[in-house]
Amino acid sequence: MTNNSAPLPYIFTLILAMAARIAPLPPILADINPDWVLLVLIYWSLATPEHTGVFSAWIIGLLVDVLTGRLLGQNALIYAVVCYFVVRLHKRIRHYPVPQQSVFVFFCLLLAYLLTYWLETLQGKSALSLHFWWPVFSGALFWPGVFILLRIIRIRG
Amino acid sequence: MLNTRLLVVLILSVALLVTDYKTDKLQPLRSALAYVVYPVQLLVNLPEDIYRFFNTSMMSYRKLKVENETLKRQQLINDVKLLKLAALEKENIRLRALLENSFKIGEQVLIAELLSVKLVPYEHLILVNKGSHFSVHAKQPVLDAHGVVGQVIRALPNESEIMLITDPDHAIPVQVNRNGLRTIAIGSGRMNRLNLPFLPNNADIQPGDLLVTSGLGGVFPQGYPVAVVDKFSVQPNKPFALIHATPTAKLDKIREVLIVWSHSTPVALTDEKPAMLKQDANDDK
Repeated sequence: MTNNSAPLPYIFTLILAMAARIAPLPPILADINPDWVLLVLIYWSLATPEHTGVFSAWIIGLLVDVLTGRLLGQNALIYAVVCYFVVRLHKRIRHYPVPQQSVFVFFCLLLAYLLTYWLETLQGKSALSLHFWWPVFSGALFWPGVFILLRIIRIRG
Repeated sequence: MLNTRLLVVLILSVALLVTDYKTDKLQPLRSALAYVVYPVQLLVNLPEDIYRFFNTSMMSYRKLKVENETLKRQQLINDVKLLKLAALEKENIRLRALLENSFKIGEQVLIAELLSVKLVPYEHLILVNKGSHFSVHAKQPVLDAHGVVGQVIRALPNESEIMLITDPDHAIPVQVNRNGLRTIAIGSGRMNRLNLPFLPNNADIQPGDLLVTSGLGGVFPQGYPVAVVDKFSVQPNKPFALIHATPTAKLDKIREVLIVWSHSTPVALTDEKPAMLKQDANDDK
């Protein structure tokens, strides 16, 4: 793989994911709106771990922090940790069938949302409702779609 | 290699988190990054913008004429009310002078438009299109035509984040307009409800009471409507009553908000300065 081939689809899909992250959806859909940026980052860490890894995930996380009004470093930390595990395990995960990857993605999202929960409560936020956890499930359900779509973009782009 | 990278990044993140939580030294960094993500926010806002553009430009002449006439009538009524207001204001200042009480008056407002984005699902944050370029800063009160909306919690160069009064982490000092009873209204996490958890069972409050800002706490100026009490039920075995109120501002329908600068120094008692109203230039829509 050449150096020039990776960045453009990578940036393009991440911008779309950021837009989807803050899309103004009706209340019920907003509750299950998963962390698209993390899903896309997981995909790229699986597909091209030599280009995308912990450090780029961290930078993207900083941007998402500003985008969603969190403390600087919150999403950066979470994305970096999740991408670390994905890059670590990418050789094995890549050979899993897509439904089985969904299970792996579920645990990635669970880790991410646990860390978010922990960091938010450390800041003295009042108890988050159960709705907070729905994106973990919806994200895992959306994974096959994300996987297929991004694969098309990667191969065409 | 990978491990050391993770370690570096973890240390950096924790350092950033702690600095950002304890101080506001990271504001320049956040502002710089805000320029990078601003296009994304505009992109998300684009469908709404296009819809509104077509909605206004495709309006028929007749409809516009009708709207214009109603607005003119409204304007007339408001003008008459304002005439009375000026007289009342003078009287109020005179009466307060008799009581040797200072009076805060003169607020500057800026109209800001909402960007239709949802920052995080579990918090009631909205984003408006005016930021520190318009010298908006944190802890400014935000109103709409019907009442208090919330307060600015972070000003970025081109936009600012506003926490609504219904956010579960927001509290606003209020008083009952009827009798001056002071308390605190706390957000419930639902768009149409505030909780008043600190009033005893025998408090003089009833459904229909208007709650206005009490001016305590220093963020919200005194006397703006906040909510109307809609439920008061005694809890015999608990120290406090169960009271719910509905915000008067149309929190789920607002398109435009007013960001307020309240002058922190009280005006002199005899000074007859008119209330300053700064209309924003681009409210031509």
